[in-house]
Amino acid sequence: MNDHDHNHTGLRRRGFLTAASGLGALALAGCGGSRGDSGGASGGGTPRRGGRLRAAFAGGGAGETLDPHRASLFADVARAKALYDKLADYGDDLSARPRLASSWEARPGLDRWKVSLRRAEFHDGRPVTARDVLYSYRRIADPAGAFRAKASLEPVDLDASRAVDARTVEFVLKRPTAEFPNVLASFGAYIVPEGARDLDRAPVGSGPFRLVSFAPGRTAVLRRNDDYWDGAPYLDELEFLVADEESARVNALLGGQVEYAHELNPATARAHEGRGRIEIVRLRNSAMQAFAMKTDRAPFDDPRVRRAFFLIADRQELVDGALSGAGVVGNDLFGKGCEFYADDLPQRTQDLDRARSLLEEAGASDLRVTLDTSSVAAGFTEAAGIFRDQAAGAGVTVEVRTGGKDSYWADVLDSGTLCCYRSGAMPIESHISQRLLTDSTTNATKWAHKDFDALYRQAQATKDDEERAALFGRMQRRLYAEGGFLVWGFADWIIGTAPSVRGVDRKAPANTLDWVRFDKVWLA
Amino acid sequence: MSGLGSWVARRLLLGCVQTVAVVLLVFGLTEALPGDAAVALAGDQPDPARIAALREAMELDRPAHERFADWAAGLPRGDLGHSLASGRPVSSYLSGAFGPSLLLAALTVVPLVPLGVGLGVLAARFEDRWVDRLVSAVTLGVYAVPEFALGVLLVTVFALRLDWLPPTAVGYGTDLLGHPAALVLPVLVLLARPVCSLSRLVRAGMIDALASPYVAQARRYGIPDARVRYAHALPNAVAPAAQQLARTVDWLLCGVIVVEALFVIPGLGTVLMDAVAERDVPVVQGLAVVFGVVTVVLNLGADLVAHRFAPRTEVAA
Repeated sequence: MNDHDHNHTGLRRRGFLTAASGLGALALAGCGGSRGDSGGASGGGTPRRGGRLRAAFAGGGAGETLDPHRASLFADVARAKALYDKLADYGDDLSARPRLASSWEARPGLDRWKVSLRRAEFHDGRPVTARDVLYSYRRIADPAGAFRAKASLEPVDLDASRAVDARTVEFVLKRPTAEFPNVLASFGAYIVPEGARDLDRAPVGSGPFRLVSFAPGRTAVLRRNDDYWDGAPYLDELEFLVADEESARVNALLGGQVEYAHELNPATARAHEGRGRIEIVRLRNSAMQAFAMKTDRAPFDDPRVRRAFFLIADRQELVDGALSGAGVVGNDLFGKGCEFYADDLPQRTQDLDRARSLLEEAGASDLRVTLDTSSVAAGFTEAAGIFRDQAAGAGVTVEVRTGGKDSYWADVLDSGTLCCYRSGAMPIESHISQRLLTDSTTNATKWAHKDFDALYRQAQATKDDEERAALFGRMQRRLYAEGGFLVWGFADWIIGTAPSVRGVDRKAPANTLDWVRFDKVWLA
Repeated sequence: MSGLGSWVARRLLLGCVQTVAVVLLVFGLTEALPGDAAVALAGDQPDPARIAALREAMELDRPAHERFADWAAGLPRGDLGHSLASGRPVSSYLSGAFGPSLLLAALTVVPLVPLGVGLGVLAARFEDRWVDRLVSAVTLGVYAVPEFALGVLLVTVFALRLDWLPPTAVGYGTDLLGHPAALVLPVLVLLARPVCSLSRLVRAGMIDALASPYVAQARRYGIPDARVRYAHALPNAVAPAAQQLARTVDWLLCGVIVVEALFVIPGLGTVLMDAVAERDVPVVQGLAVVFGVVTVVLNLGADLVAHRFAPRTEVAA
């Protein structure tokens, strides 16, 4: 007789519990749609005050933290956003918008920025001051803390930066940085009160909600902050609940146990879209999906091979197969819909004959490559399988190698030649500085070109927006022609809500201001 | 009696050795895996400088044997160490999750014994008649359905279609007893397979016992049929079932991951899944200790029960 312990293998058999990987899930999402007709709430009407909204997220278990500087999961970010503010945050096109900062102004050299703070109060009644800002940033930059946002604050010389008066900070930068407001909006750069240490237990922020209770891995209950500077939220109470399994989030939503479920599968969305029982919100252009080619080693050190690979990909087939159709095709550039995105370049399509001749020219007719993949992100293994079949059409033998989830990103950073890749919402400038400069810390395509670095520095030293846009355009044309990222698509980010929930933004990609933002949400 | 005493002592000692071996094995295997908690936490931002800083903050840069020795030194004081991911004590992880797991296990075991034994006895009583065929067919069929599929089916029918029961326990946290309706479906899913395996074991044991020479002898003495059945045959049939039951309780306590995930019940299985994903070695080790101890104690109990019911069944020490 089999004993029951064997049932655990059922997990693997059914590919269950993908959400529990959590940690890797974070910086997902590409960039977003245009502003314009944004803010389209689910249904209209006059906002009504009151009520309690329960929102289900995949969580990080008992290890979850309320420390906003340690936020790494979507659930962490959603809580941090409800409790705290940043100086700036990303709009739908990933350009920085003022939040706690009311305005910013650069000195002519672009290496000194004066940031004025708006009148805002922490939950304990103390005003938000320049000293709080400097304390927060210094805490993040402290090497002992190993905070995620430390890398984003790297351009700031925090020792030289100072508080001019209670509501003015002068930031001194290590070099000219025209896109400095992006730093103020960067992931995890929340403002905490000066001297705050025990942020995990007694969080005091300036955000739209105050903490009532928190049980890591289970629930966080928050109450409306009536004195919020951006207008008090409509909801009386907001409760974050953790449900790691997607089917549990959907069932809880269908059963009326929650009113908001974050991160649903395309299949779920299709099954319930337009049926009236729940509302499906698709945040378009959210997660950039790509294959990363290492440009410093064979065979991808030859630009002709990279171009051939661009032409091998049938992007629509990848979107339909790996993303179940929940997404749009990519054009080998990061940041569709973002500020500075080069949307004037022609859409690339599959051309196997041309790919074959490029490979022949490069002397790589019988090419064999290994494609690294892992179940670390939705659609990765499917995308690898589809691309293997597409490559066979051009005479390229792709061998798919499936690696572990926990160390996938660290593994593919330096080893291998070709891997599945995805990325979260960030400004195109951040994508370049983190991944495409000679000294970038996560340069997965090993794209290192002095002239490209120089173009980036020139852009950061250019005050005029149009001139800067032209420089970003030049960089993107170069990447389009011979870069290491084969960006084949942008996945939707799918959210489900109860029909009574209004005011959920339908345009904001993950990681932007209006995504998982609950202070403008109300219950009809 | 002294024989039994020394046997229990030997079993307990062996159990301690086994638990230590499990913990060592878990530690060794986790260390052998590529990557560590720092790499897992860095996720898709594998900046080498940050990974190094994380490693230093988590003290992962110290040699493995030192870290293990430190952790082991805390054990006699009941200190299971601190989580790498959150810095909170491992004991708080376990105490928080133990309640829901224990509750589920208890609620499952209470109806499990009468149901499993009853069905087994019933089937054996009517061996090869239609009752037996029906019970055997149903138990075999239900046994073949994986928990996940059964859970989804029950949720769809009873929670989403008929709206009789809540689909998950989300939001109830550890206060599950305050929401008994939310426990019905998880307990049903947990019961399904153990009831089947237990009843089949009891049925087979009963039939074996009823065909044995001593039962034939008892019948020749003219002992009433019911007494033969329930006083002589049943105890022999229960002995192997007791061991199966111990395994089931063990399985229930050690986190029924599928059921916990499907119904959002924050038990030990969820803690284990999260800790493994985060490579949170101290938490995994703490769980290994708890699971090891529970397994040893339960099996010892089961062997004692088997010993009591059927002293002839030798139990390996």
